[in-house]
Amino acid sequence: MNFVKKSPWILHYDGSSCNGCDIEVLACLTPLYDVERFGIINTGNPKHADILLITGSVNEQNIPVVKQLYEQMAMPKVVVAVGICATSGGIFAECYNVVGGVDKVLPVDVYVPGCAARPEAIIDGVVKALGILEEKQKFARKKNS
Amino acid sequence: MGKRTVIPFGPQHPVLPEPIHLDLVLEDEVVVEAIPRIGYIHRGLEKLVEKKDYQQYTYVAERICGICSFMHGMGYCMAIESIMEVKIPERAEFLRTIWAELSRLHSHLLWLGLLADAFGFESLFMQSWKLREQVLDIFEETTGGRVIFSVCDIGGVRKDISADTLKKIAGIMDSMEKELKEISEVFINDSSVKSRTKGVGVLSKQAAFDLGAVGPMARASGIEMDMRTQGYAAYGKLNFKPVVEKKGDCYARTSVRINEMFQSMDLIKQCIAIIPEGDIKVKVTGNPNGEYFTRVEQPRGEVVYYAKANGSKYLDRLRVRTPTFANVPALLETLKGCALADVPILILTIDPCISCTER
Repeated sequence: MNFVKKSPWILHYDGSSCNGCDIEVLACLTPLYDVERFGIINTGNPKHADILLITGSVNEQNIPVVKQLYEQMAMPKVVVAVGICATSGGIFAECYNVVGGVDKVLPVDVYVPGCAARPEAIIDGVVKALGILEEKQKFARKKNS
Repeated sequence: MGKRTVIPFGPQHPVLPEPIHLDLVLEDEVVVEAIPRIGYIHRGLEKLVEKKDYQQYTYVAERICGICSFMHGMGYCMAIESIMEVKIPERAEFLRTIWAELSRLHSHLLWLGLLADAFGFESLFMQSWKLREQVLDIFEETTGGRVIFSVCDIGGVRKDISADTLKKIAGIMDSMEKELKEISEVFINDSSVKSRTKGVGVLSKQAAFDLGAVGPMARASGIEMDMRTQGYAAYGKLNFKPVVEKKGDCYARTSVRINEMFQSMDLIKQCIAIIPEGDIKVKVTGNPNGEYFTRVEQPRGEVVYYAKANGSKYLDRLRVRTPTFANVPALLETLKGCALADVPILILTIDPCISCTER
């Protein structure tokens, strides 16, 4: 991972996931995977974050929360949908209180499938998101100049 | 009396990965009331029995919660097996017990880490989670999955563990016991940790009983209640006694969970010593007809499964009463009168699993 130019800060929100993906997101931060050595920090403050990691599908109750978190983040920002529930609803797609994947309410940039998504896959998704983040940054600079 | 202020806690909060919302009513720094609002993770899993047949539903049951995934699957399978009067092979029962105890071990380690994180002891958090990875490695080697591994099936288990691997697991348990002793030393004896947990959020035995607390929460307040003593799966053949503490504060709850981890390691070793040879699964045909209650002891406490079948592929009704749901009233009781700074620790001390609670 020597091409990481930026150390992104991550905001993690649990949509309506079963915790499986959430604990894998946290596992990325702990000694075995340890993404903190690249400066990747799981922050609780949306204003500090570059990447929004969402696990689980969205429902009527949490749509305003998800939207609010996204809006609070500073530009440029990237959304990563972690796990099959965040991608499409997965096994719960038929449930009455599941609206669907995160892309129903937010523009999702990277999809990480899996039930539960493995830490390797999540890290890979975040690295892909970094590329997109850089492009968005370049685009924003061009627009401003 | 000071002026009352309402501070919203959650649904997105740095301490808790899961969304729960509490309105904390404060008088100066003291919480006088906590009003919970849940429903951020509600999916409507119980209704899903109408769309997935009773065998497919095993996968859904495992996804009620990703942390105690195996035990949810086991509880559901036990309910269906009892309705269909299926007797599962003895080896399968032992294998289920081994995976169940490993799940408890991983869940408690996860909780220890989160607790350390809540009181700001970052390196202790890392140490606990490092230890937990060893358990996940065992899961991966024996089942192929790390957190959700769908190994429990109606009629037994899907995968066998070879004698060599069992021996290896026993070896890992021995080495883990030593490492866990080092970590638990900090939780039990470190003075700064003790100052955060001792005497914080006391739940009396009577209050725990009246509010229907379950699991470590009830056991830390002196109620000897452990569903494993009923002897489901292979627990009837193992030798153990529920871990009970009297004080009912955060320290007691930490100590109950730490001792339970040592107990789990002991139970796994006991299982490995006496596990019989044989089949791991019986063939299940036909559809269930009837109703049944199962009670399983999860890491967080007792979970109750009620299944009602009507002789068709689809169940009529499935009801799950999860341990966190039972512990929320007790949590609200302990929150009253505590300092605002202790709120994260108190919420973590019931080992909340909001995903279970809301399903």
